[in-house]
Amino acid sequence: MAGMQKSEFENPVINWIDTRLPIFTMMQKEYGVFPTPRNFNYFWNFGALAMVNLMIMIVTGIVLAMFYQPNTSLAFDSVQHIMRDVNYGWLIRYVHQNGASMFFIVTYIHIFRGLYYGSYKAPRELLWILGVVIMLLMMATAFMGYVLPWGQMSYWGATVITNLFSAFPWIGPKIVTLLWGGFSVDQPTLNRFFSLHYLLPFVLVGVIFLHIAALHITGSNNPLGIDVKTPQDTLPFHPYYTIKDSVGICVFLIVFSGFVFFAPNFLGDPNNFIPANPLQTPADIVPEWYFLPYYAILRSVPNKLLGVCLMFASILVLFVLPWLDTSKVRSARFRPIFRQIIWVWLLSVVVLGLCGAHKPEGVWVILSRIATLYYFFHFLVILPVLGKLERTLPLPESISQSVTGGRGGGPFPSGATAKPMEKA
Amino acid sequence: MADSSAATAAHGHPADPAHGHPADPAHGHPADATKRDFLTLVAAAGAAIGTAAIAWPLIDALNPSKDVLALSSVDVDLTPIAVGSGIVVSWQGKPIFVRHRTDAEIKEAEDVKQSDLIDPATDASRVKSGHDQWIILIGICTHLGCIPLGNKPSDPRGEWGGWFCPCHGSQYDTSGRVRHGPAPANLPVPPYAFESDTKIKVG
Repeated sequence: MAGMQKSEFENPVINWIDTRLPIFTMMQKEYGVFPTPRNFNYFWNFGALAMVNLMIMIVTGIVLAMFYQPNTSLAFDSVQHIMRDVNYGWLIRYVHQNGASMFFIVTYIHIFRGLYYGSYKAPRELLWILGVVIMLLMMATAFMGYVLPWGQMSYWGATVITNLFSAFPWIGPKIVTLLWGGFSVDQPTLNRFFSLHYLLPFVLVGVIFLHIAALHITGSNNPLGIDVKTPQDTLPFHPYYTIKDSVGICVFLIVFSGFVFFAPNFLGDPNNFIPANPLQTPADIVPEWYFLPYYAILRSVPNKLLGVCLMFASILVLFVLPWLDTSKVRSARFRPIFRQIIWVWLLSVVVLGLCGAHKPEGVWVILSRIATLYYFFHFLVILPVLGKLERTLPLPESISQSVTGGRGGGPFPSGATAKPMEKA
Repeated sequence: MADSSAATAAHGHPADPAHGHPADPAHGHPADATKRDFLTLVAAAGAAIGTAAIAWPLIDALNPSKDVLALSSVDVDLTPIAVGSGIVVSWQGKPIFVRHRTDAEIKEAEDVKQSDLIDPATDASRVKSGHDQWIILIGICTHLGCIPLGNKPSDPRGEWGGWFCPCHGSQYDTSGRVRHGPAPANLPVPPYAFESDTKIKVG
């Protein structure tokens, strides 16, 4: 990329900037004319939705940080001050709080799309791995964010989860002391969680940049799971997918607004309206809904260390998924057994979520053990074996052939053949 | 859009009587552009309104919050203030001068010709009737915001016996009115009331 290139833009100001720092040329290339498979379905909206969601979280978070006090005697009251006294404070807080849930809804669907259509398979393995890193960063950020209001569930959730690390032999308790900065969750913990909660979203932005860069090298997958063969298989990203993404964003905002304005505390825990009391544990310690499946796995086995390891393993297994799944066919559309089996896996995750919301006793323990076993069975046994044994359906010749019903020719709408578009 | 043009293409460009012109969207017939322009305009307007609706709460949140706006009040006990002397109290983050004027100071303030004043105002309009020995002012120089000297009898009080601002030399009289610039206006009078002869509530 060294050396100045002549900029193609007509506008003199844009041309001047672009010659010296080709951001406009880059935007034109990566988001203007970028050849994108023409057969995306709405599952492909969710990456863009996650990006929009992240921006909403950063903006609302920065404004909230102007009023929040990261001190154990002031934190809870500072949140109430935001809710009651700051102009539109209630709105900004509810957007941030429900935005976290929306972020997980959007991201979980985005991940499911990857699982169903084989987007993790070669050559997109690194793209997938970056995605798992993004998910881990999101989980860390959300966990620390939930501690900040310093309610009962903030405090006790922090205590339970930081205590997990004591399961590791010998170094465990030292790690916990290091995390706490003391002998229990207290002021030092709250302060560092606030600092890291402000930091990690920007780390997220960096990893997402790499995620999208990796995507733009390999190109997007598509519902058929077959490679793009000719420009006729693609559309320029703008205007086709900019408009489609705009539609998706509107639907997303409607759902988001439904929560923010009509049920802002539906997904939350009433215990967090009680200021943190280190001397009294709530009857049920439950994390936010998006952590429930992992919580269920953690509590499914009676052994503390094994529970912790299984919980971490449930995410680590995703890192090696591209090598666990041996099928040569990407998309579930052409894998008749896999396309049914994956829903069983999804069911196991939902069951784990339900188990996580209940005390680990009676039927819930039994269910969580079965579901945990099945979760790992899917990744470690079914996927490797199925890939070898499954008789897949014949793949179409090309994307355009499957979309236009085999005509292969005929005029295309202007702009639909991925020509570079003239830019004013 | 893509499918309909493909369909019409397959049928060899039929005229579309409903629109009164040959349907040939593949080449962007000018009559189609009008509807597209309309849709673009509506979409852009919607996006602009949406952006403003989202931006306003985020900006307004930075304005003073309700607890800051709620007028705070300060009670001041006047008994320890000697005649000829004054104190400073804090109200809404601002210094408030409370001076117990001598009879001579009161007479000086009342006898001034309005035409001599840079910012004309009668002394009566700046004190409470029956309590004209008390002058209560916001002690911020109306030039660039320094706190003028003059509350203690040992302070420099300027030619008119009121207050003297050391920053750029503005001088105020015993009614807090500006008599020598560069200040353009009199020291403002805050809202206050007498609870009794020896206690006032400011704000």
